[in-house]
Amino acid sequence: MCFVLDGAERQALAGDTVLSAILSVAPALRHSEFGVETRAGFCLMGACQDCWVWQEEGPRIRACSTPLTEGMRLLTDAPGDWP
Amino acid sequence: MSGGGTPRVVVVGAGPAGIRAAQTLVAAGLTPIVIDEAERAGGQIYRRPPPGFMRSPETLYDSEASKAVALHAAFDGMLAAGRLVHHARSSVLAGSGPLLTLLAVQLLKAGGEVAAVLDTSPMRRQLAGLGGLAARPVFALRGLAMRARLAGLYHAGVRLDRIEADERGPVAIRWRDAAGQERHTDCDAVGLGWHLRSETRLADLAGCDFAYDESWRQWLPKADEMGRASAGVYLAGDGLRILGADAAEIAGRLAAAACLQDLGLPAPDIAADRRRLRRFARFAGGVAEAFPWPAAATLPDETVICRCEGVTAAELRETVDFGGGEVNRAKSLGRVGMGRCQGRYCELAAAEIVAARAGLGSAREAGRLRAQAPVRPAPIGALLEDADG
Repeated sequence: MCFVLDGAERQALAGDTVLSAILSVAPALRHSEFGVETRAGFCLMGACQDCWVWQEEGPRIRACSTPLTEGMRLLTDAPGDWP
Repeated sequence: MSGGGTPRVVVVGAGPAGIRAAQTLVAAGLTPIVIDEAERAGGQIYRRPPPGFMRSPETLYDSEASKAVALHAAFDGMLAAGRLVHHARSSVLAGSGPLLTLLAVQLLKAGGEVAAVLDTSPMRRQLAGLGGLAARPVFALRGLAMRARLAGLYHAGVRLDRIEADERGPVAIRWRDAAGQERHTDCDAVGLGWHLRSETRLADLAGCDFAYDESWRQWLPKADEMGRASAGVYLAGDGLRILGADAAEIAGRLAAAACLQDLGLPAPDIAADRRRLRRFARFAGGVAEAFPWPAAATLPDETVICRCEGVTAAELRETVDFGGGEVNRAKSLGRVGMGRCQGRYCELAAAEIVAARAGLGSAREAGRLRAQAPVRPAPIGALLEDADG
């Protein structure tokens, strides 16, 4: 499957979650809004909410429990106009 | 790594020459550091396929298969026994509880490398828990067999000092062994775990009573042996307390039987299930006794307690000095427990720090963090769709 991460086209396998797809091609899942560090997801079972990633079109998704779909456009950092 | 005074020898390359060199050094009592650029030891001629690759050694190495298998086994054996340090991707598992051992064995089986398993529970505490653990003898023995397979990788009674990292992630962990000796283990990843927790938010919002459990050092919902918590609310499995998957099957049947009884409907006979559940509860008591988590009250000021928002122990202690020793007040003032995980990961450590700072005897006296809706986040759009429908 193909998806777009921070503007670059990437490959993933059918059955990947958003989290496994991103971590397979990038060193980190996302940037923390509360510090300088990067994050990789934490509990991987939907409890900690530390894996939210942005989509180019706006809505955020929980990467650990969202299956990747063809052509998803994802961001590891907040879009520029994020408050 | 090697202790004081022992020569440190580096072997570059983990092919036939490197592996036999390392073996000779290990036999002489040294702990060589083996550096190799491949993902797995073996070298070029005996290169090993990635994990999950299905072709047999006979197909891959033909007439040389037995030599390849012997070399790989020699290397893996030394590594598993902690007799050499290999700079491939390797993990340290630290914390306490039987899951550390289970995960380490599974990682090794999947072809991963485990540099060390560091358990903060001292061996005397583990022995003290044996009485309870004997309630499930087959299960307990299986755990001991796994522990034996970890051999020199497993260390009990450690103190964890810090994880060292560069810009790509962890590079080593510093710790003290049971004798208080400072140790240092190179690694590429650190997994930390101190047991599982019950998910009790819905029970809290439904108005169930809670009681402080001294052996697990946390608040748990009150329920009778069948799982009856309050009018119309029945709890089972991890929603009540952590007794394991086998016990959860039983607890689920019991809670449903209690519900049927209360509805005045015919319920199945539950005598045998009740006996079984008591046995699982004794086992869980043994686990709690054998693998306590270490005191959080003395964590250093710079330790991040709330990882959602990066709040440190020092900041939490300041809120206690300002607002007193109550966890909900500490949350309002300092945000520990207010982040996205809603306190699931910081609550227990935070309560112990609050209690200690306020001079209270136990985390029980610092109160219980109230659950807040929503238990899980839901997008506004989902609510709008409901309203439209």
